[in-house]
This record gives sequence, structure tokens and C-alpha cells, in this order.
Amino acid sequence: MSESYDVIVIGAGLNGLVTAAYLAKAGRRVLVLESRPIIGGLAATEEPFPGFKFNTGAHDSGMFSQQIFQDLGLSGQELTFYESPAAVHSPQPDGASITLWRDIEKSQAAIEKRSPRDASRFPEYLAQMERVRRLVYQVIERSPPIFSDVTFSQLWPWASVGWQLRRSGKKEMMETLRVLPLPVRDFLDEWFEDEALKGLLAVPALTGGMPGPYAAGTTFMLHYQHLGKVGGGYRTGRFLAGGIGQLSEALAQVAREAGAEIRTAAVVDHILLDGDRARGVALVEGEAIASQVVASSLDPRTSFFRLIGGANLMPHFMREVRNIRYQGTTARVNLALSDLPSFVGVSDANQLSGYIVYAPSLEYLERAADAVKYGRISERPVLEAIIPSLLDPSLAPERQHAMSITVQYAPYELEQGDWQEERERLGDQVVSLLSEIAPDLPQLILNRQVITPADYEHNFGLTEGHIFHGQMHLDQLFFMRPITGWANYGTPFENFFLCGSGTHPGGGLTGMPGYLASREILKA
Amino acid sequence: MPLPTPFHSRTAALCESYEWRDWSGFLAAATYEPTHEREYFAIRNSAALIDVSPLYKYDINGRDASRLVNKIITRDVSSMEIGQIYYSPWCDEGGHMIDDGTIWRLGEDHFRITAADPSLRWFQDCGFGFEVRVSDVSRNLATLALQGPNARALLNEVVDELDLAELKYYRLAQGRMADFPVTITRTGFTGDLGYEIWVAVGNAESTWDVLMEAGQSYGLLPAGMVALDIARIEAGLLLIEVDYISSFKALIESRKSSPYEAGLGWTVSETKDRFVGQKALTAEREKGSKWALVGLHVDWPELEKLFAFHDLPPQVSGRASRAAVPIYNDKNRQVGQVTSSTFSPVGKRSIGLATVESDFARIGTELQIEITVEYTRRLCLARVVETPFYDPPQKRS
Amino acid sequence: MANKYDVIVIGGGHNGLVTAAYLARAGKRVLVLEQRYLVGGATVTEEIYPGFNYTVMSYVVSLLRPEIIRDLKLAQHGLVILPLESTLTPLLDGRYLYRDGDHFRSMDSIAQFSARDAEAYDEYGRTMYFMAKAVKYILGIIPPDPARLQPRDLTGLLSLARHTLGLSDRDLHMLAKLMTMSAADFVERWFEAEPLKATLSASGIIGTYMGPRSPGTAYVLLHHYMGEIDGQFRAWGFAKGGTGGIANAIARSALSLGVEIRTEARVAEVIVKKGRAAGVALEDGEEILADVVASSLDPKRTFLQLVDPVLLPDELLQAAERFNIRGSSAKVNLALDALPELACKPGNGRHMAGAISISPSLDYMEEAYDDAKYGDFSRRPYIDIIFPSMIDPGMAPPGKHVMSCFVQYAPYQLREGTWEEKREALGDAVVDTLAEYFPNIKDLMLHRQVVTPLDIEEMTGLTQGNIFQGELTLSQLFFLRPAPGYAQYRTPIRGYYVCGSASHPGGGITGAPGRLAALEILRDGI
Repeated sequence: MSESYDVIVIGAGLNGLVTAAYLAKAGRRVLVLESRPIIGGLAATEEPFPGFKFNTGAHDSGMFSQQIFQDLGLSGQELTFYESPAAVHSPQPDGASITLWRDIEKSQAAIEKRSPRDASRFPEYLAQMERVRRLVYQVIERSPPIFSDVTFSQLWPWASVGWQLRRSGKKEMMETLRVLPLPVRDFLDEWFEDEALKGLLAVPALTGGMPGPYAAGTTFMLHYQHLGKVGGGYRTGRFLAGGIGQLSEALAQVAREAGAEIRTAAVVDHILLDGDRARGVALVEGEAIASQVVASSLDPRTSFFRLIGGANLMPHFMREVRNIRYQGTTARVNLALSDLPSFVGVSDANQLSGYIVYAPSLEYLERAADAVKYGRISERPVLEAIIPSLLDPSLAPERQHAMSITVQYAPYELEQGDWQEERERLGDQVVSLLSEIAPDLPQLILNRQVITPADYEHNFGLTEGHIFHGQMHLDQLFFMRPITGWANYGTPFENFFLCGSGTHPGGGLTGMPGYLASREILKA
Repeated sequence: MPLPTPFHSRTAALCESYEWRDWSGFLAAATYEPTHEREYFAIRNSAALIDVSPLYKYDINGRDASRLVNKIITRDVSSMEIGQIYYSPWCDEGGHMIDDGTIWRLGEDHFRITAADPSLRWFQDCGFGFEVRVSDVSRNLATLALQGPNARALLNEVVDELDLAELKYYRLAQGRMADFPVTITRTGFTGDLGYEIWVAVGNAESTWDVLMEAGQSYGLLPAGMVALDIARIEAGLLLIEVDYISSFKALIESRKSSPYEAGLGWTVSETKDRFVGQKALTAEREKGSKWALVGLHVDWPELEKLFAFHDLPPQVSGRASRAAVPIYNDKNRQVGQVTSSTFSPVGKRSIGLATVESDFARIGTELQIEITVEYTRRLCLARVVETPFYDPPQKRS
Repeated sequence: MANKYDVIVIGGGHNGLVTAAYLARAGKRVLVLEQRYLVGGATVTEEIYPGFNYTVMSYVVSLLRPEIIRDLKLAQHGLVILPLESTLTPLLDGRYLYRDGDHFRSMDSIAQFSARDAEAYDEYGRTMYFMAKAVKYILGIIPPDPARLQPRDLTGLLSLARHTLGLSDRDLHMLAKLMTMSAADFVERWFEAEPLKATLSASGIIGTYMGPRSPGTAYVLLHHYMGEIDGQFRAWGFAKGGTGGIANAIARSALSLGVEIRTEARVAEVIVKKGRAAGVALEDGEEILADVVASSLDPKRTFLQLVDPVLLPDELLQAAERFNIRGSSAKVNLALDALPELACKPGNGRHMAGAISISPSLDYMEEAYDDAKYGDFSRRPYIDIIFPSMIDPGMAPPGKHVMSCFVQYAPYQLREGTWEEKREALGDAVVDTLAEYFPNIKDLMLHRQVVTPLDIEEMTGLTQGNIFQGELTLSQLFFLRPAPGYAQYRTPIRGYYVCGSASHPGGGITGAPGRLAALEILRDGI
């Protein structure tokens, strides 16, 4: 057994790094073990083709907690943030398009052409989003109460949430409670009439393999995706020069400066147990490393079934872990382009500076989601593309572009065939769909990378390729995340904690699971 | 409607009483003759044949078989020999009993567990992460219990390739009967010398016929559930849903029992590695149990007196009772309940299995048991005694 | 005007009648106004084809609150609820799943599909028992207003719930999950066998424009389980004489307590004087005065049609407008010359006196929903069948039978065409589906009645024909039903109350909204 640490953090994704940084800053001796050759997990920026850089997961840094940013002194790191002038561009099958901007009046003008009524309601919609955002944020930044031993002290931190909710007015609170569980279709129907507008606004609500917009709970995800800032009404549109990987690098730097060690290409085989107490980890090569505490930022199923070992679990707990629903449905297509494609409806290249979506109506989104229920890939999937090289030339060779497309729905478990066979077919399908809204795109492709849910599982260790470490349906949130009774980052194994997206508040680059977990670890 | 067991053609033909019980969805004769007395005395005096096929049976095979069994049950099987059998309960995570049964080691990596309730899902889920296969063999095997002092002699006459004198208490062996293989275990639910005979369902009727034929010279009678129930109380053996409630079926927490509370503390290993319920049981061992399971003798002279007051002789049912009866201490506070009681035909006294607060479990403690005498509720003296109430030497020899 | 009542109840459905009876029982002078020629609303039995009594809309009962049966002495007034003990799920491969009160036989039937499921069935039943126990408590109370709750109250509430209900932590957790999950995900925690999963989750979609995989349907599933804790395990029943028997019994009880019931009396508007309800005006111009008016209609009618909108705050009008009340189910009633043969289990038997559920797999159910959510009726619908004449021989002439088919999905709003045009096409789809399972059914049909959501709306006045007067979704339950902040049966207009299924605790033949509303009206000391 080699030297001993206070804490071993498994996984150097965003949450693992946040946990490590907080613990190191609190004076703990921390070792971070990352199985991949680079850190960052789904918050990394990679170069699959020379000169073209792509983010592994999210692009937007807007959800990242400002509090963590300040606590960890990230402003001292060399990070350059920039905001795109356009929020989203949505070309329509009929050749029309809508562009929403950071500038609300510009967005209104774009909407006006399709529906004056919708245009007039848009500012109030954004204001309402902002009000709900503030309330939701209160919930996100606290450890969930454990239902089973509700005590006054446990609920005390929540009293202020209650107070906030009440201060915001009874009407506001009722409204928040009413809308969060709504299907996003119902929510948007209450506001708008234009199908194209509703279609594009609903895309963030489907992030991370949520069910279609007709399903309850998607309104929650819509608001969750706007946690950082409502901005132009489509995600945050706040990016990092050099790619999202810079954020992970900065976190790693902060952690290292506070004394943490980070080892890459170090694959943990299992957690060493002494009875029901974690005492370190064993690496695949056989090395054993001792520690007081082990924190896993991997998803709960991997953490328990593989790292702890299914045989060590008690049956009811095992069933709960087995019942967590994963089924990743998100794929990614990365394109190296020789030039900027000509999208329909684009008169100003700035229109493409934010997101580009193919989501012509709510019904289109719902039909795309239908397929996964039967293990099929959507015939016409929902696409959300981004060309960050437009504003950040460091991401692609001069005049060329790196375009990254998030594709839904592509289920991890296919009814027929397997992902080895289907991977390139999916790539072709996506390119063909894109060519409907950017006819010259196929000719501009220099290189293509298709990342399927099976690849996410294989490359990043994500169970069933689920990028949020477990679906974020209402029943897998808050005190039900990762499983009821264990929402406080602790586990049935003493000194073993979870600190990844599988815990409250969930996936997305908030850093909150890592931060909240570090607080619980320091309490222990 | 209950299903027939593999012996139904034989048991139905003999069931003069037409009195059947539903045992796990199967037809089980309550008595064969109009009264159960001869059947009971066959168990105690000669030999009785009891159809126990409705028991559930599970096979556990694979590299991790012994690790899995050790995770499920409270006893430690790590030093168990091949051919050995244990009796053990198994618990949920809260240390509350789910069920109890026998665990056989058929091979290094092969065990069999008998259970009162369906357990496939539980065993499989306990086995998650192990290299094992849990299979339900309940419907593949037919089982007869041959119980009573003449059981060995009778069985030796019909079983080949096996000397039953060599088969020790709680051991198993393979042999042949007529032209088919049989597995014989020296186990039973009567507390007497006895064996259980496990055969493929297709050989069930032949097994019955062979035994009944040879049994004529040994006083063999088929016996039903009524006789068996009396015998098992005399033997101090617990019955699920009567003396304790499976934690899977208890609607309220207070109905659940731990092995310590059910008098089975001896089955809880203090040394073995992680098993289901271990944490709770360790805590209970340190803290002490709230309840204890005890045997009770009802004071016969006092019982006679209570009835004599009404000019009646003592009235005791010939059958065992599963109706719970309250027990009080000398200050008239209820401290527990009798869960099974019977008049013991060999012991000539009223006996019962009871759950009482652990302060009242010491041998010799005097308690008051509620009895009904001529429509009035009275209390009668009862004493805590050792179980089994009846423990003949031939059981183990 | 001589005619002055203490209370006028608008609508003679079962909830309106329950409210009226409870108020009369407390000594009030009550008038019930029903627009149709008979009382019952959606709980009616009608002889549509000579000799054959159709349970036109609702058909089974499990939830009717026992305290209502006791308080209103419904047994004396003719209510007999006959047991409906079994559920059979036929499959096209010749197998079937059959469950009834015989525990071990039901397990055996499940075990042909999955031995694990057979064992899990018990555990599921126990879980549902605890869930139902908790929710029954919720159904029996007036919803608190969370905006007034302190954290301390919340702890109090939780511990009260835990101790009074004896719920374990695991049960509490499960309850939270149940409130948010889809019925399919919920049953998949225990089961793997398709016919079992589909049939169990079917309860979660009845009367709801959602599929078994839509989050929120698990709660609806529980809503239908509630009856099971008051009596023995499976307390589904069929009222003698059809569901009309229930309405008639409540009406007779109400009449005996002095309630007046006027049928074919259509209310045009509620008269409001000085901000207070003062009576109603009928469509023929007649005005009837009362101190209190209680509407058992849905919020669209109660708030948007019966009163002048200027009397109501915008937020309530808005809430009423967006109240989800999508109709999604239809009813097909058949008069049959003889009992049809079930291909997978031919012949008569007690299974024909129970429910027969066309729900072979979750995918089947979900595909039925997929059709509907885009505005078509399901090509292969989920059908819940009973033969009322097998349970109550009085429902059809000797030897003949009536067949009640509850059909889902049939969306009120069709993508193309009207229900006038599509009615018989829906009937054909249903009969074609039935014929796959009952091969001789087409030869036996004497008469067919297809009741579309539009028909339900036109007959009963239920907006969109939604049988629950508003879907049972998280956003429309408990303190949010019928509108956030108005869950305590009162409206902003003094003396004007709601008492129908659109109020807490929601639809189904429970009578609970009617009873709770009556208690609130009395509490206000009219």
C-alpha cells in the first residue's frame, strides 16, 4: 500500500475537480484519479482532428455557479468569457427562420414577423423565467433534506427558501409550484401561439435525454437550463475562449495550488473496504492507495455496482440503484468544416454565433422523442448545433470551422442492430437533415466524428451513456437523487461519498454537486 | 382453488375425513382418519408419512454459492461439510426474520435452501454481483417426511446403496429406491427420529407406494397437518405466520421479529463477514432484545381448579391452537402472548410457545395466561420452561 | 319571490347530489338543478336499445367513500355494489393473464410470464396498500394552503403523517416517487412481464390524456387503488343496475332528506348581488333565489360561463382557462345475442364476470397514446371490458348480454374531421380490436352505441368529455385543484362554491368532493 491521503476523488470531471479544490483548500490532502489521459470528463475540450477543437459535453459555461467561482478564486485564473450576440437561430423547413438575440428588442422584431401577439408577450415571458429562476436557484444551492429524519435543524436551511418563496408573494410561489411539473408544451402553449417559436424554446427542456415536450417535468428542465441567467431566452450563451476545457483546467490549477494531486490514466478498479468502511482504492494495475475518505464523481450505478461491487450491497439498496433510470439518448456529431455553411435565413453571420437548432415545432420534438420508447433512433431527430469557432478562432484553423451537433433522440439500447453498425448511419442521417437547412454543408465536411451513447459509456464510463448520470425526471431529483434516503452525498458505506452529477442537483456544468458534496465530506 | 401435490392420487384416496388445508396453494390433508389421534401416535410410537411437497426449494450453484448463502442466512456456512444440513432463519436489512428453513450443502459450490414462502426473487437479488445461479426447483421435487421411531428400520428396508445407521442428524445422503434415485435428509418437523425423502416428481407415486407397502409391518400411517402441528409444538419448532410474522408480510413494524426475539439467537453468527441484517443484529445483541420466545407449561392443578369452580372437568382441545392468547405478569400487565398452544398427548399437559418481554423469559418465571372457562375470561398460572417440550433420544442418536 | 332556497346545487351528477343530501341532512332547504331528463351526470344507466341497459359512461365503482354510503343510508335507498373480482388480460398468442382473489392461482398465472414477478406481486400489493393509506388520508382532508405553511408546520405535518399512518421511511420515499413517476416506470420497479405491467399501469391512464410512460401517471394509478383499503383487497365493484344505480340511490336519499330535484332545468347564469351569490337564472328566464349556490360543473363552466368575468380576479380566470380538461376516452356499448367466446379461454366462467383488459404490453398502450397525442383515435386502443349482464342479470334479457367497453384513446380534439364523421370509424376500430380476442363477436352484435368525448360533453356538459372534470396531473391536484389558491371549495364570490370532480380530491365516483364541499359550506354557517 502506497502513501495515504485524506481524500481520494475518483474522476476529474467538473464535479470531481470542484470537490477536490474545496477539500484541498480546506487543508485536506487530496488525490484525484482520472481514468482518461486528460482531465475534464464531459467538460473537456479535445482535438480529434488536427487544428479542430471540440467540447466533449456542454458548451455553455453559464450554468456554472458564481459562488464557486468566487470561493475558489477562479477569477485569478486566465479565463476569458464571451457572450454570443445571438441566442439561437432556428431555420424552418419552409425556408423561413427565427433568430433570438441577447437584445430583446431584436428578438421581438424577429418574432413579430410570425406573431405580433407572441412578440408582445416575449419580454414578460423572459421576466417570468427570471422570477422562477431565482426561486429554483434557492433549491439548487442546498443539500436536499433527508425525508426520513426530518428535524428542525435539518430543515432550518430550508426556512430561508420558504421565506424567499413567501416574500416573492403567494401568487409567485403558487405559480412556480404549478409550472415546474408541467409538460413544457403546456407551459409554452400558455405563452405563445407560433409553433416554430415554441419548438425552439423547448429544446433546452429536453437536455440530457428528457422525454418529449408533452411529458411532465420538462418545464423544470427548461428552467434548470436557465439557472445561470435567462439571457436571451435560450440557454445562457456564455462561452469560454479556448473551449469549456479551460474551466476544468482552471479548477485543476486551483486544486493543485492548494496541494491536491491529480493523476490521469489512473483507472480505479474497486474501492477497498474494511467491513462497511471505505479505506482506499485499488487501481486496475494493482496499486492500492489508502485514504480516509473516498469520493466518487462517477455515476451512482458505476460507483456502487462496479467500484463498491454489487456483491457488497444489501438487496433493497441494490434494487434502488438498479431502479435508477439511465438510458442515454443523446449523441454528438462533430464536424470539421472547410468553411462556414450557408444556413437558410441567414443574412448576418452573427445569427449563427449562438446555438443553431432544428426544432420546427413542439410536435416535431415529441415525434422525435417517441422513437426512443421503442428503442429506435428518431427518423428526424432534434438537432442543436454550435459553431464556436465563429467567435473563437482558436478552435479551428483560419477560415475553417468546428461545428458540434447535439442529437436527440438516439437510445443507448437499440431494439435492432448495435451502435457499431449504426454509428455512421446516424452521422449520415444528421448530415442529411442539416443539408435541408444548410444545403452546402455536406461539401464542406473535412472530417466527422460521431459519438453515440454507447461511446459515451465506453469513453467516459457513463452508465448507458447518460450524460447527466441518470435521467432528471421529477422522480429522480432533489431528495430522490440519486436515491431516496441517500440524497445527502453519503452512502451506506462509511467514508464513501458521491459527488457527481448523479447527486443533487444533477447534471449540467453547475459544479453544485461537487460543492455540496465537499461540504458534507468536511462535516463528516 | 388449491392445486394437487404430486402425491394427490394417493393422499386423496386415503383422506377419509375429507378435511383439507391450503398449504401455499396446495391441498394438504388435515387428517386422513376422522380424528387425528392415531396419526399423532404414529409419529411418536411407530412411523408416519407426511406429504410436505408444498415447501419451496431453491438450488444455488456457482463459484460464489457459499458466499451468497452466507449473505442470505444468519448462520455461517463457511465450515459446513458437504452432506451437512443447517437450520437457519434469514433476515431483511433491519434484522427482522423473513423466513426460516434448512440449508443443505450438496457440493462445494452447490447448496439447496428450503423455505416456507416463495423466495426466488429475494435470493436472486441477494445474489446480485455474485457468480451464482439461483433456481427454483420447488415444482421439480416431491417430498415426503417419514417420521417416528421406526422410520430408520423402515427406510433401510426400501433404500439401497445407503445405510441409514450412518446418516447422522442434519445430514443428507443419496440412495436408490426401486429403480430411481432418492435424496434422504435426516430432518423433520416432529422432533422425533425422522427423515425426509426427496424424489423427482415423476417418481412421487412409486415412492409413496413403496413406503406404504413396506410400512405395513412398521405401523406406518399417513399423517396430516393436525398431527404434525401438535408434534412440532412439542418439539419447540416455530411456524411462520403463527409464531412469528415474516417481515415481508408484517403490516406494522411491531409485528416483526428478530432471530434473537424468536429464540434463534444461536443461529446468528458473530464472526462471519457481511450478511443481510448484520448491522441491526449486532446492535440488538449489544443493546438486548425487547422480546423473547419461550416455552410455557400451564399449571395443571390450577387449571383443574378453574374448571372445577363450574363443576367441569378441564376442557382442552385435542388440536393445537394458533389463536394468540394474552399473557400477564403478576401485576396484571400484559407482557406477551402465546402464539401456538396444544395439549401434549405424550406429556399430558397444556403447553405453548409464547413471545414475552425479555424480562419475563427466565426459566421458572411465573406468568398468567388467559383462558376461557364457561364463557368467562380467567387467568391461569403458567411457567416458563425449556424447549423442546419433548425430546426423545432417538431424534439425534 | 316565494321560491327561496338555502342552497341551489347546479348539476345533478353524483357529486352535486351528495352535496345536496349532506346539506339537507343538516337541515338546509336545497334545490338541485339538472339539465338532462335524468339525474346522474356521467353516472347513468340508460336503456338505449330495448331490453338492454347500458352503463353509458362510467361503469365500475371502487372509490365511493364508505362514509357517504353510511351517512346517506344508501343501502336502504337501493345501492348494492356487486363484487367485480377478477381481471383477465388476453393475449393473441393464446395465453392470458388472470388475477383474482385467489392469491396462489393469481401468482401461478403471473409465473407463466415471470416467476420473479409472481413474487414481486405481493410486495407491490403491500406497497400500494401503504400508498393508498397515505393518500386516503390526503383525500379526506381539506388541502392546506402551502403559502401559509411554516417550516415548523411542515415538520409537524410530516411527523404527523408518519406516526398516524405508521408509514416507514421507505413508504414515504415511495409516496414521493409515486407523485412524480410515470405508471410504467413505477410498475417496472417490480415487474418485467408485459401483460402484467401494461394492465397494472392501465389504471394510471384512465381518464387521462397521457400515456403509461408519461410522468405523473403513477399517481392516477394509485387514485384507482384507493377503494382497496376499505374493504378486502380488491374492492372493485359494479353497482346493481349499473352506475345509474348509484346516482339513483343518492337521489332517493336526497329526496328523503327533503331535497328538491328539478330535471331539464338548464342554468343560464348565477345571480350575483352586492358581490354575493343570490340565486340562479334558468335559460327559460325563470329566476330562483338562494343564499348559496354550489356548482358541480367544471371550472370552465363554473367560472367562465355561469358568472360575469368582471366579478372574478384575473388569476382565477386565467387558471380556469388553462385548466387541463382534455377528453381522451370513449365508450362503446354493445348489445349481444349471446356471450362471446374469448379465443384464449373459451366458454363461460367466472372470468367473464370480471374485467377483461385489452392491454397486452406497455408498447401497445404507449402506441395507442402516440396515435392520440397527435389527434387521432388509437388504431388499436386500450379497452377495459365488462359484461354488466354477467354481474347483474337484470341488465339484459335472459340469455343476452350487454358489453361495456371503456376505450382509450379517443381525443376530443381531432386533427382531422369531426366526431360526427369519425364516430362509427372509432366504433369499427374498437370492434375490430375486440374481434381479435373474441372471434365471434361481430356475429353476435345486435346494437352498438359509440359514445365519443363529444357525445359525453353534449350529454353531460362535461367539458371535452373529460370524465374526471379535469386531468389528475400534479399541476391540478390537491391545493392546486381546481385553481391555485382556490382549493377549499370557496370562490371569490361569497356564497358561490364548487363541489364537483374538478375540485379536490378529483374525479372518479368517490363523492368526496361533494361531501367535503358540503362540509365547508356548512362551516361557513349559512
